[in-house]
Amino acid sequence: MLQASPRVALFVTCLVDLHRPTVGFAAIRLLEQAGCQVEVPRAQTCCGQPAYNSGDRETARDLARSILEAFGGYDYVVVPSGSCGGMLRHHLPTLFEDDPNLRARAEALAERTHELVSFLTDVMGLERVAGAASGTVTYHDSCSGLRELGIKAQPRRLLTGLGLTIKEMAEPEVCCGFGGTFCVKYPEISTRMVADKAADIAQSGAETLLAGDLGCLLNMAGRLKREGSAVKARHVAEVLAGMTGAVPPIGEAG
Amino acid sequence: MLSTSPAFKENAHKAIADVGLQKALTRTKPHFQGRRAKAVEALPEFERLREIGRDIKNHTLANLDFYLETWAGNVERAGGQVHWCATADDARAAVLGICERVGAKTVTKGKSMISEELGINEHLEQHGITPVETDLGEYILQLRREPPSHIIAPAFHLNREDWEESFRRAHTDLPADRVFRERRDILTEARAKLRARFLAADVGITGANFLIAETGSSVIVTNEGNGDLTQTLPRVHIVLASIEKMVPTLEDATNMLRLLARSATGQDFSVYTTFSTGVRREGDLDGPEEYHVILLDNGRSAMLGTEFQDMLRCIRCAACMNHCPVYGVVGGHAYGWVYPGPMGAVLTPTLIGIDQAGNLPNASTFCGKCESVCPVKIPLPKMMRHWREREFERHLTPGAVRTNLALWGFVARRPGLYRLATRIGAGVLGWLGRRRGRLSRFPFAGGWTAGRDLPTPEGETFFARYASEQRGKRGRA
Repeated sequence: MLQASPRVALFVTCLVDLHRPTVGFAAIRLLEQAGCQVEVPRAQTCCGQPAYNSGDRETARDLARSILEAFGGYDYVVVPSGSCGGMLRHHLPTLFEDDPNLRARAEALAERTHELVSFLTDVMGLERVAGAASGTVTYHDSCSGLRELGIKAQPRRLLTGLGLTIKEMAEPEVCCGFGGTFCVKYPEISTRMVADKAADIAQSGAETLLAGDLGCLLNMAGRLKREGSAVKARHVAEVLAGMTGAVPPIGEAG
Repeated sequence: MLSTSPAFKENAHKAIADVGLQKALTRTKPHFQGRRAKAVEALPEFERLREIGRDIKNHTLANLDFYLETWAGNVERAGGQVHWCATADDARAAVLGICERVGAKTVTKGKSMISEELGINEHLEQHGITPVETDLGEYILQLRREPPSHIIAPAFHLNREDWEESFRRAHTDLPADRVFRERRDILTEARAKLRARFLAADVGITGANFLIAETGSSVIVTNEGNGDLTQTLPRVHIVLASIEKMVPTLEDATNMLRLLARSATGQDFSVYTTFSTGVRREGDLDGPEEYHVILLDNGRSAMLGTEFQDMLRCIRCAACMNHCPVYGVVGGHAYGWVYPGPMGAVLTPTLIGIDQAGNLPNASTFCGKCESVCPVKIPLPKMMRHWREREFERHLTPGAVRTNLALWGFVARRPGLYRLATRIGAGVLGWLGRRRGRLSRFPFAGGWTAGRDLPTPEGETFFARYASEQRGKRGRA
């Protein structure tokens, strides 16, 4: 049952905390505009993907346990990332296969956890966000958001509602080559993948690249800047919250 | 086949610099992805069919002992013989034994990945028997003495100029000034060359796409018809098949075939689909006098009951590699053994050991595209992660990675310490990038900055800013 003013815990994500706090504040603004009471549990660090995807289940489990502690008792947990959202929704419960009690808690948390944009549209029923914007954008469908959480139309609908024109890439669903630790372990392959992505972004003709995952954005922005591209890269939340004035595009100085 | 999987990174480096390979790989999208997408779009029940395929395979694997025995009984009733081979050595010995007993000099071969897994060509050659590949792609690879780079299009890494060059070099009896206008000319020349070999062959070896328990049949699909000539002309037909090829009934085989061609090449059905059941009966117009199935385990039964069991559903359609962005960059040879791409990243460590093949399940972004196109819904990324877990448990993960993970894990478990570490990190990086918002070079991130800039943080962490805003609010209140 949807409450009038649900209590929402923001899972900030380690990259937003470290790299681009504005995305976290944009998320808070969007959630509050949608009528949520937002809290930011202090005991959070990271969703555990670096350990989980490196085969270190013990560390991943420890972090998952503290997430269960910190994020219990809220109506919803909202994450400005498809990748971390996918971790909490789909992978956290699999870490407790041998512990029915923790598994049940993880499943309960998973059910209440949503990626930011899809939460606004699919749970809060938002048709559009406040404000207006103009210009052309292209949207990269980050892999986990797209394939684990089904995020595809939602951000496009809200962006179009603001007045932005979407110029699609030829292959917006192809991986950008970030892949968490992949880009560190296999930088050469990763570079080729992001170079192909940058070419697709360029041929879209859009002024701004948007996505819902900071990891992918750092990768793509890093490549675009290396190539001297004028395309600006931003997290979708910054645009939806009307906070593009608060921070320069990713990889650019103010 | 000797594995170069430990050298995956160097293999990938060479592959990225290989102009011809990169040109060949650009065909992946129109050739495989585009055609599959069209075929799937034209079949509204395709998603339902994937579930049916998954369920057929799961049911078979859950009752594999029963179906193997039923199938073997039916093979024998049809006059065939089953050779139960636990290892690749057993299988090589069984094939050689049959060939030597019938005095075979020439052996024709249809395309078979089990043949590659066994290295059967080298084994026969060492014993004075000439194997002749009859699949066009395998034929040219045999001329060039190269392994396949793809499980259904073995010579996918080659371009037309490579084909012409190899044919001119090998077929020196033909006029040097002949012109190859189109793919058909290459095919015609190969056909003419192979015709005599088909007729001279004493034994024909094929693979099997499926084994059918209720009839004891083996099934192959081809687009060139070479498989049929391989298995019907010689006196002896040897089928190379691994245990997971089993399906219970003809009906099940039909459902799997509907999935296979669409997922592989985007065809509704392959040009030739051939069912072989035992030996030639009295009154039959054709068929072999002897029908043998080399039934290979080679580590597969050990996957049953483990987190890797789902991999045994694989029907070798190659959709995973055709849609894999990593395969699309490095091609098949970089993976260093028989099975490339996502399915190889899961299967290869089982067959040659995770200590040899550790790179393969790591060389994935977990983008999930492979799982989304798999006709039998194998959770490939999940199983690659399981391999990483096995690697980590056995301390095979590289030392530097373990140290960094341990350090990060220590800090991430302690929010207070974590806040401090991130404040310092974000502050330093933000300061370094204060002029341009990015760095072109950074120690410890050489791999990243070799091909892209490193965008730098805003400078203050979210939690630091949030805490000061909350203090401000409280101050005003």
